[in-house]
Amino acid sequence: MKLKRAFRVWQRNFTVYTKLYKSSIALNFVEPALYLVALGFGLGAFVKEINGVPYINFIAPGIIASSSMFAAIYECTYGTYVRMTYQKTFDAILATPVNLNDLVAGELMWGATKSMLYGTIIMVVISLFGLVDSPALILAIPVLFLSGLIFAEVSLIAVATVPGIDTFNYFYTLLMTPMFLFSGIFFPLENLPPVVARIAFFTPLYHLVNICRSFSSGRIWAGMGDLAWIVVVAMVLAPYPFRLMRRRIIK
Amino acid sequence: MPINIVTAHGLTKDYGPLRAVEGVDFTITQGECFGFLGPNGAGKTTVMRIISCFMPPTSGEVKVFGMNVVESPSRIKARIGVMPQDSNLDPDLSVFENLLVYSRYFDIPKKKAAPLAWELLDFVEMREKARAKIESLSGGMKHRLLLARSLVNNPELLVLDEPTTGLDPHSRHAVWDKLKDLMARDTTLLLTTHYMEEAEKLCDRVAIMDLGKIVTIDSPLRLMDMHGGTLEHVYLKLTGRHLET
Repeated sequence: MKLKRAFRVWQRNFTVYTKLYKSSIALNFVEPALYLVALGFGLGAFVKEINGVPYINFIAPGIIASSSMFAAIYECTYGTYVRMTYQKTFDAILATPVNLNDLVAGELMWGATKSMLYGTIIMVVISLFGLVDSPALILAIPVLFLSGLIFAEVSLIAVATVPGIDTFNYFYTLLMTPMFLFSGIFFPLENLPPVVARIAFFTPLYHLVNICRSFSSGRIWAGMGDLAWIVVVAMVLAPYPFRLMRRRIIK
Repeated sequence: MPINIVTAHGLTKDYGPLRAVEGVDFTITQGECFGFLGPNGAGKTTVMRIISCFMPPTSGEVKVFGMNVVESPSRIKARIGVMPQDSNLDPDLSVFENLLVYSRYFDIPKKKAAPLAWELLDFVEMREKARAKIESLSGGMKHRLLLARSLVNNPELLVLDEPTTGLDPHSRHAVWDKLKDLMARDTTLLLTTHYMEEAEKLCDRVAIMDLGKIVTIDSPLRLMDMHGGTLEHVYLKLTGRHLET
């Protein structure tokens, strides 16, 4: 794998994105804003505080994490799959000096970039709403890239193994939605049966939510265990997208 | 002494239990137009995909520019152009952007890429389509743009998989004219086809393929001399089957 050739793949996606972002970026704003307003104000009218924090302030950092997650997985499931199959973009790229490992690395880096970008945008928005207590939250931006890498890796593993595009429905309904709901964004997991927190420990979103929440309240050290988890898992998962995509694309 | 551009020895490719290509040997020399002729499923596309470093052979050795396709894919691919059978133009980009983005994969600097893209659009007579969307192009235009795109790195070897399949006679002749221009510039051409007329018009030598094997390699003229009639007859005589089916 060569970084420069991987960058060419990243650059292709970036070029396309700069052409199309106007139509997609607004949608990516709407969903997090809806959660924030509907739950923050709606549910927040009944649940005044969690752990001494106003409810909307409690969920706001978690919304950064979930937006960043969904940005990476939409891009690296549907986006990558369409490029690979319907558009045959990968066939075209592989006829150039770019090899399969470069291509996979480029797709992963692009997913991570988009994850970081979308998380950062939501970060700016909730800061403008006055929902962030500490500027230390800025330190979460590079973490969003790392966790974005995990989401991209998991997505590419899915792309390499699904029989068809419809199978992503299972991926979303059975994996992503439960992870989203039970990641600690909307309620602390401590009050639930311990098995819930134990399962959540194995999901990247749970750790990213912890990091965003502790950084946004200025408690940086409280997120270090979660950061270590993310770094280790990003590295452990790394070989699989390469191996599985090779099996999928090159017969 | 002609320079060998491609050499294959004992090239075999299996897809699971299916043997697509079986122990094939051939040599392609600089400046010639070499054709693989055979019906669908004969193994032509597989051979092309191995030469263009898209996938490795199961056994045997393939060298392009003297380099092994398994060991040096990037260095080989930097010097070849590939025109695929089906359009894989980037529908997210305009005609012009397709050429620009493609030239980036070859590390062609931006300053050179834009004039080059115009030059290539002129070559395939599509200058006025520069801003067009890919989906708005006709089949013939897509083929011409694919040809232009395959030339961004000024390839020494151009690999064309069924370059005119599905085109109307007019568009087909337009592509042939462009290929003849390239031959005049000493580009080595390697193409697959199941059109006899195409093989007769363009190829210096053809390899007749059937069921994963090369039945014979010779010039179209000599084959017709030896076996009589057209290449169509030759194919029928050598394999016992019609080509177009």
